[in-house]
Amino acid sequence: MENNIIFDLKNITVAYGDNIVLKNLNLSIHDREFITLLGPSGCGKTTTLRIIGGFIEPDEGEVFFEGKKINGVPPYRRQVNTIFQRYALFPHLNVYENVAFGLRLRHLPEKEVKETVREMLELVNLKGFEKRHISSLSGGQQQRVAIARALAVKPRVLLLDEPLGALDLKLRKDMQVELKNIQQRLGITFIYVTHDQEEALSMSDTIVVMDNGLIQQIGTPEDIYNEPRNAFVADFIGESNIVDGIMLKDLYCQFSGQKFECLDKGFAPNEQVDVVVRPEDVDVVPVENGMLKGTVTSVTFKGVHYEIIVDIGGFKWMIQTTDYQAEGDRIGLYIEPDAIHIMKKSEYSGMFGDYSSFSEEYEELSNAEEPEDDEDNGEEEDL
Amino acid sequence: MKALSRVYIALVMIFLYAPIAVLLLYSFNSSTSTIVFNGFSLQWYKVLFADGTTLRALYNTLLLAVCSSVTATVLGTAASVGIERFRKSAFRASVMATTNIPMMNPEIVTGVSMMLLFVFIGRMLRINSVLGFGTMLIAHVTFNLPYVILTVLPKLRQTDKNLAEAAMDLGCKPVSAFFKVVFPAITPGIITGMIMAFTLSLDDFIISYFTSGPGFQTLPIVIFSMTKKRVKPDMYALSAIIFISILILLILYNIAQQKSEEKTAKKH
Repeated sequence: MENNIIFDLKNITVAYGDNIVLKNLNLSIHDREFITLLGPSGCGKTTTLRIIGGFIEPDEGEVFFEGKKINGVPPYRRQVNTIFQRYALFPHLNVYENVAFGLRLRHLPEKEVKETVREMLELVNLKGFEKRHISSLSGGQQQRVAIARALAVKPRVLLLDEPLGALDLKLRKDMQVELKNIQQRLGITFIYVTHDQEEALSMSDTIVVMDNGLIQQIGTPEDIYNEPRNAFVADFIGESNIVDGIMLKDLYCQFSGQKFECLDKGFAPNEQVDVVVRPEDVDVVPVENGMLKGTVTSVTFKGVHYEIIVDIGGFKWMIQTTDYQAEGDRIGLYIEPDAIHIMKKSEYSGMFGDYSSFSEEYEELSNAEEPEDDEDNGEEEDL
Repeated sequence: MKALSRVYIALVMIFLYAPIAVLLLYSFNSSTSTIVFNGFSLQWYKVLFADGTTLRALYNTLLLAVCSSVTATVLGTAASVGIERFRKSAFRASVMATTNIPMMNPEIVTGVSMMLLFVFIGRMLRINSVLGFGTMLIAHVTFNLPYVILTVLPKLRQTDKNLAEAAMDLGCKPVSAFFKVVFPAITPGIITGMIMAFTLSLDDFIISYFTSGPGFQTLPIVIFSMTKKRVKPDMYALSAIIFISILILLILYNIAQQKSEEKTAKKH
């Protein structure tokens, strides 16, 4: 594995004044992989991307590109290109000239420029748009021009900073598929930044979950979803019920006043743990057959399923079920051993996973102050 | 009500433009009379173009306007780029306040204080007649600067913050990134600022009056000194020329602004 690492970040620390954005971050990125930096606003993901792009110099730590240290190498000398959040297309140039921009800087013969631009526009399905003005393009088309422009100079690594954030849902889904296809066809490394967990799960080979300037977990989408390392990851990726529990012995745990079989081991006997149960892994059964019993407090129809909140001994569980349950009903819950995931206690324990304060905590997270996205909210202030 | 508003508009127009119309008309008067129109002639234009002092002043005025507007535009654009980098800070606010002072300050105060400064420095350096082109240039650049900054800064704010970074990302060095992508994006603002600075410099009297010396006089000063005696119709001719020039500039200015607005309107 060691030899195909394309980027290596070692002990990276970045601080803006007293605000530490990245704390001693270590990350290895493999060649040709689709890696996603996922986290809430202000978690340091954009800063990490900008360090790789060369737009920010870390205060401490080293950046390696194919084994060579590249601290201090300016962006224009890195084999890395970026797709910016709002594309940053050059408004005074047409589509052709935008895509040709990087090629012209390399003083390539006009014939080669023309050939590459044609190839790139074909790749992003924009054939025939050469003469169009940037301002006459839709958001999705601008996005494609940005991709073509970045790929035209044949980067080894493409950095994408929430590139689909400004598109509507339908277009976003289409572009997700298209980006993944482009990445596989060209066989280059994509480093993708997003706060959208669904986007991350569906596109990535590897997901890096970040919060507070720290990497919380690195793994495949399946690992991250099925084996979250702490309450933060469990809550941020998908929905989770997270309850306090005790690991009685290997393969045997206790929570919500009941004992359950599970598949986890390697904890100390009677160790305090966090127990994660995904809402879709719980079966609703008649009260008398339930391992846990509770009262339905709210029901929301979501299309594919109902989302119900169940009060079990004061703790609110979220359950996704295809059978309608009326508000106020007493129901039983049945939990299979493989639906239970045990995590060690962490600083995030007790902060997430209780649905009695549903939605508020999410608001809080996404509104966190964010120095790295300073540009975004700078508009408020005037002369 | 509608009729009333029309009358009102008509009155406003008359008060605003009738004097100028009369001025234009009498510049073509064939006699010296300032009251009776005796017939059409171009003689006052001939007199004007034979008058060395006035022509010299006109040349000075244009020279000063060009030099000061170009200097102010270069400095102002550079300053705007710098100011734009400081977002949300007390530093930025104080820089903007300082920038606005020459605009808010009564011209007479700016004029007198500048004269004092120039004379004081002139004495220190033992220069006999320090007031002249140089001092006027400094003065004009000073009061032009805020107008350039105020037209360039909004344009800069409208442009994508990542524009220069995108250019660098594709292989541009920082300086050439600015000239290749940021500069074209803010050009409409720069042109507007330059035209504004040019017209302001062209017709400034008060500050010019205090900072000019006997060796370098601009038109407004020359005309003002003439009004102490009797104003001859060749001054009408001159005023007519200036008015028409300013009108053309104003139209150009509006077209430029229209164009840039259309561009941004399309973008959103």
